[in-house]
Formats: sequence, C-alpha cells, structure tokens
Amino acid sequence: MSTVFRPYSEGDSLRSDRSAADRKRHREKLRKALKENIADIIAEESIIGRDRDRIIKVPIRGVREYRFVFGENEGGVGTGDGSTKPGQVVGQAGQKGERGPGPAGSDPGVDYYETEITLDELVEIMFEDLELPDLERKRLRQLLADRTAKRQGYKKQGIRVHLDRRRTVRSKIRRKIAAGPPPATEEGEPEPFGFRKEDLIYRRLVEEPREESNAVVLCIMDTSGSMDRLKKYLARSFFFLLYQFVRSKYENTQLVFIAHHTEAKEVTEHEFFHKGESGGTLISSGYKKALEIIEDRYHPDHWNIYAFHCSDGDNFESDNEAALEAAARLCELCNLFGYGEIKPLGSHYYDSSMLEQFKALDADNFHAVLIERREDVWPAFRQLMAKDRETAG
Amino acid sequence: MSGWTLAELERWDERIREKVAEFGLDCYPQEFEICDQNAMLGYMAYHGMPAHYPHWSYGKAYEQTKTMYDHGVTGLPYELVINSDPCLAYLMRDNSLLLQILTIAHVYGHNDFFKNNFTFTSATRAKDTLAAFKTRADRVRRYMEDPSIGADAVEAFLDAAHALALNRNRNQAIRRLAPEEQRQRVLERARPRPDPFAPLHKRPQPVEPDLRRVPLEPEYDLLLFIRDHNRALADWQKDLLTIVDEEARYFLPQIETKIMNEGWASFWHHRILGSLDLPAELHLEFLVRHNQVVSPHRGGINPYHLGFVVWRDIERRFGGEGSAEARAKLFAVRESDRDVAFLRRFLTRELMEELDLFTWKPRGEHLVVSEISDEEGWETVKAQLLARVGTGSIPVIAVIDADYRGTRTLYLRHEHDGRDLDIGSAEKTLAHVRTLWGHKVHLETRLKGRPALLTSGPDGFDAKLLV
Repeated sequence: MSTVFRPYSEGDSLRSDRSAADRKRHREKLRKALKENIADIIAEESIIGRDRDRIIKVPIRGVREYRFVFGENEGGVGTGDGSTKPGQVVGQAGQKGERGPGPAGSDPGVDYYETEITLDELVEIMFEDLELPDLERKRLRQLLADRTAKRQGYKKQGIRVHLDRRRTVRSKIRRKIAAGPPPATEEGEPEPFGFRKEDLIYRRLVEEPREESNAVVLCIMDTSGSMDRLKKYLARSFFFLLYQFVRSKYENTQLVFIAHHTEAKEVTEHEFFHKGESGGTLISSGYKKALEIIEDRYHPDHWNIYAFHCSDGDNFESDNEAALEAAARLCELCNLFGYGEIKPLGSHYYDSSMLEQFKALDADNFHAVLIERREDVWPAFRQLMAKDRETAG
Repeated sequence: MSGWTLAELERWDERIREKVAEFGLDCYPQEFEICDQNAMLGYMAYHGMPAHYPHWSYGKAYEQTKTMYDHGVTGLPYELVINSDPCLAYLMRDNSLLLQILTIAHVYGHNDFFKNNFTFTSATRAKDTLAAFKTRADRVRRYMEDPSIGADAVEAFLDAAHALALNRNRNQAIRRLAPEEQRQRVLERARPRPDPFAPLHKRPQPVEPDLRRVPLEPEYDLLLFIRDHNRALADWQKDLLTIVDEEARYFLPQIETKIMNEGWASFWHHRILGSLDLPAELHLEFLVRHNQVVSPHRGGINPYHLGFVVWRDIERRFGGEGSAEARAKLFAVRESDRDVAFLRRFLTRELMEELDLFTWKPRGEHLVVSEISDEEGWETVKAQLLARVGTGSIPVIAVIDADYRGTRTLYLRHEHDGRDLDIGSAEKTLAHVRTLWGHKVHLETRLKGRPALLTSGPDGFDAKLLV
C-alpha cells in the first residue's frame, strides 16, 4: 500500500470551476420558473406595497427534481437527550429533522427549493414576462426637458463670445513668421502686424438635447361603502403593478391618489388604501378631480399621464353620462386611461356595471378590464399593457 | 496553509499507515489531493468525481451547498472520499494539522470499507471508477454536441431518467436472472407441489402460466426495463438510460451503508488517533473534533454517531477492545452487512435506550413523539428505523405489465409498506416515466388505506381510488 499526496495548486483550483455552465443553466431554469409562476407570486398579498430592496422568498416548483418519495405524514425516528417522553413536541411540521453531514448526493433527502430575490429583480422579470421589446421605450413619448451645449471642434465664423483667443493669437503668429521679417521702412518704426479676419478662430458648440421623461400615475379609486377589503386589495395590487411598470420606463414618476365617493379628493397613499368611506358613488367626481389636477400640475406636453380607475362599477345611474364625458376628456390627455372593474366572483348579478357604459367610449388608449379574483390581476394587467403597446406603436 | 506542510502530513500519514497495518485494515492504495473551498464545493456538486457529465442539477447542487456554506448553515465536510482504486480523497487546504490527521485516518477507514464491504464489491468496480465516469461524461457530451440531438433534448431526457435512477434493484449482490432462467422459474412455480396426501385431496387444477407476459416476474430496474422494451428509443436515448443507471448502481452502496460506513471510519479514526501518542494540544483538539463529528443530532439521526456507537458496542460485546475475537467479528460484519442488517442484528434494546431513540409523527402543526425505546415501544421504534435506513427511504416500484390490456400501457405497482406516496411528486415523476415510455403509464398504490390508481396519459394526470 502506498500513498500519494498531491499538493494544492492554484491552477487546478481555478480550472475546477467546471460547474459554471451547469450553474448558468440552472439560473436560466430558475428565471423561467419564476416567469411561469409570476401570476401566483403577484397574487401573494405580501409582496405588494413593500420596500423595493426587500428580499422575498419565492417557492419554485419548476426546478425541482422529482422522484417517487413518501408523503408528508411519514413520521420518522430521532435521537433524544435521554428524557424523551411520548407526546412531547419535538419540532414544527413542515421542516424535517436535521440530517447528518456526508457526501453530497448520496442522501435522497427532501427536495425543497426556495429562491430569494429582491422585489426589483421580480419587477424586472415581471416586465420581461410582458415581452416588451426595448424599442418600446423609444417609441414612447419622450421629452426634451433640458438643453445643454457642448464644445466640439472649432470654426472660422461665430459670435464674439465664442472666440478662442489662444488659438487666434497662435494663428496670427504663425502667419507672421510665414511672412518673414518686415520690410524696413524709412521711419524706422515697423508697421504693427494686426489681426486679420482669417486669424479668428471660434469654438464650435453643439447643442445636446438630454432626453428626460416624466410620468405621472393617477390612481383613482372608488372608496364608497360598497368597496370592501377584498375589492380594495385587488385594486391595490393593480395599482402596484401599474406604478412599477411606469416607473421602469420613465426616469421621473409621480403618483397621485384620488379617492372618491360622491366627492373626490386627493389623498395620501396611506389614506388611499386604508380609509374607508361610506355613501354612494359618483364616478364623474373622481374624473373631474383628475382633470383638475392634470390642468394644475401635469401639463400633457410635459408629462406622460397614466390614469387608472378602480371601482366596483356601482355608479348612480344619473351620473353615467357625466362620467362618460369626463372619461373621454381623460382619454385625450392621457397616454393610457384604464378602468378596472372589481367584482369578486358571484357579485355580477345584482350590481350595475360600468363596463357596459364604457363600451360607448371610443378611444384607442382606453381600456377596461374585469377583475374577479386575485389570479386575474396579472392577466388583466398584461391585457392592459398590450393595449398600451398598440397605442404606442 | 494552516500551520502545516506537506512533508508534515506525509510523516503523519506514514505513522497512520503503520497503525492501519497493525489493526489489520485492508485498503486500496490511497491518494490525497489538497484543495480549497471552491474546489471542494465543485467536487461536492459532482459527487467528488474529477469528471462528470454536465446537467443543470449539479449547478443547483452547487448553489445550494454554497448558499448554505456562505450563510454558515453548514460547514464543508473535512474530506471527500470516493470509492475508487486507488482511493481518491480531497483534503481542505485551510484545515488545521489535527483535522488533517483525523481526516487521513478517517479516510483509511472508508477505504477499507469500500474495498471489503459486499455492497461495494458486488456492485462497483473500483479500478474503473474514474475511467467509467470520464467515459460516461464524454458520451453525454458527444450527444449534446451532435447537431441531430442537441443539448436540450439530452437535458430533457436526463431530467426524466434522473427521476427514476434510484428505482432499481437494491441488492446488487443478487444476480439478475437471464430471460430463460426467469421462464424456468415461472414454470417451476406453476408445477403442482408434491403432495404426500394426494389421494385425500382433490386434484388441483394446473394453472398454465402466461409465458408471453412482459415482464414474466415483477421487474425493479425501471430504467433498464424501459431501455430494453421501448422500441421507439433511439440509440443515444438507450445509452443515456444505461449511463444514468450505471451511476445509480455506483451510488447505491453508499446509500445502503451510510451508517455503517461513517461509523466504521469514525471508529477507526478514533482508534488510530488514540494510539498515535499525539502531543497534548493536538490530543485536546482531537477530542473536541471527534466529539463534534459523532455528536447526536437531536430529533434526527447522525449516521456518524449511530454507526460509531454500534461498532463500539459490537467490539465490547464480542470480546472487548483489542481482543482477536472482537476484531474478527468487526471485520466479518463490515464485510457482510448493510445498514438494515447491521442495525437489525446489532442495535440492542439497551443501546436504543441509551441513545434515547424515539419515533415522531406530525400532529397538526407539531411533530410529536409517538413511541420511545422502552419496554413496549422499542420494537416499534426499531422497526421504523429499519424501514427508513439505506434505500428504505425510497419507495419500491415494480413493473408489472408492459402491455396492459394490449395498449402498450405500462403498469407499475408501488409495493406499499404502510407509507403513502407523496402525490405531488408521484404526479411529476409519472410524467417523466411517460416521457421515457412514450405511452400511458399506470401506477397502482394505496392512499389512506385504500387501493388507488395513478395515471399519466395524454390527458394529463389522474388519481382515483379503486374501491
């Protein structure tokens, strides 16, 4: 029996990163699985309204390796500290007992898989899922908000302030040397060698437009008595997506919250989602408020305006005409105006619906969606974005 | 380097080998390679193999181990040793001198076990291990690079094959019967038994066995069965099934002898280091490290701990430390047993009580102790333990019929032992079986005490109770 020791070698160690390709493939699969499960993830209450750098744990089903295994109620055998008694609690369901250390892969083990991503990453994947090509951004209205000038080269003509004195003097000296010694004159005093027009050199300035884009998202929500917690939650999920989407496309995005029942007012985000109001609904009041705010602060020439309204569609009959008129006006001003009707399953039959009313609205950038349950939020949003794509194109 | 040099290791190794010879361990030639954490992580993802075919699951294994290591959930193993001749082991560069000494001694324990335990000698050819892994890797790469096959097709096929890799014959020392021998056995069984009281009994109706049935007897090697009976498979697909099965064949002995093998290595590193006359400070570190390795995992089973304790107990009961009888017993057991037999024969009630082994069951949100190793409970606890060690954690699935009702449907049966299958995993795994088989697949099992049939067909998955 003989033994060989092979010393550590840096080169081997570097070369041994042979798992790189397999890791890359795994990441790809992970991303794909995330995309496929995105509707489920969006439906999770916990991700909405969180900090953007918050890390969320997303259970991934797509990259699990399946085998025939025994079910959860299998039970097991463990080692105690010498005083174990029947009936004693030794752990929480859903997490298996520790396993011993050992060579990887020889233990069939439990294949659980969770991945951690930040909300930002998730948002990015979400919009990848929307399949927005890069061109999309460029097509969107972008503003020349700022002009700056930048030096670039020199020219022979220009205005006085752009004169480059050093170059002008040099040019004159060059000409003077080329001309040779001045001819002697009788007076003994040489004629001064003056500047000529051809000596003058000006700086060339190029104007550079800086592309900057501004967007505002007007969130309009019905806060009348008929909007219960679930409806508000669905509305909120939708607004969350809308905000994230707009934010990903524009540098400067602002949010405006308008709550309305029979009257509308601008509120803070917190009030928007948490304060319940009672009373009936006049949808037109919300739209009018939105128009007012646009007039005051967000001129459509300078802002990309996205307005979205969530309601359960339970409007006063008499208000429908006014609402339609205001909606038409909003369509003219906004990049996109959307209406989401939130009707948890089973409540269609006795409520009136604005979806019917809005059919009369003839505008390309208007889009109405129906949301019946959590899982609808993402598909509804996709639909809406598809609309945005058409109008942008 | 952490306070040691290669020359020092070689000196210690020489002393350890003297002890190995003195104690009568029988080892393959040994090779040690010093590596750093990154290399170790890489080796771990590929089961320690210097060459292995690519598949994303190894990338996943790497990321998981690395995440756990980075977050300090688990440390890296001190060593990684593979069953080959010469035996190849990796030592971590940053470990202390004592850890290297301990690991070297530990590795010789594994080495002896690989060379002598019947599960390894019957299922693997240690001489060819590295070459075989390399060849398989080359074959898979060739298929991936072949433009008429492509990496995606290979990956999808490997995904499916991996799902069934462990559903194979467990005791590889039992020879597979050739088809003709199987026929003989079936005919043998059908023949009426000799009956000394024949005149008193009604003549039994002879039942003619159906010799056209495929398979004649339940078949446990799922991948090989599919390879041999699905005529639609291309050669490269058949070869992939062979490759995956060969790897499973290589790893199965390690699953089957986890407790014995780790216990054996721990037993010997303990014995060897105890006899090396270590300087005081090394000796102290040795005690600390050894206790870490063989400490019980509360609420679970640490194979190092359980194995170590049982081997020690065997030595004590069969003659005591240092006696020739005890040594003969130890060596005989390490050759002839696997975990199930080892624990069944040598885990005594006293030992179980000392270890405070218990069974637990989920009840609502909690895991609750159901039986402990006392007068009434110990047999239940032992039975449950035996059902879970080695390949006991893998459900037994057999091919019953390859042409169920004449429709090329594959009929599988889960040999239910009181534990239900996890339906979610069964659904996905059956889909993989269908990918490999190309036709509908049935799996007969029991759910909550009632017979059930799981089906994966063109219209997706279906589970129904049969009664």
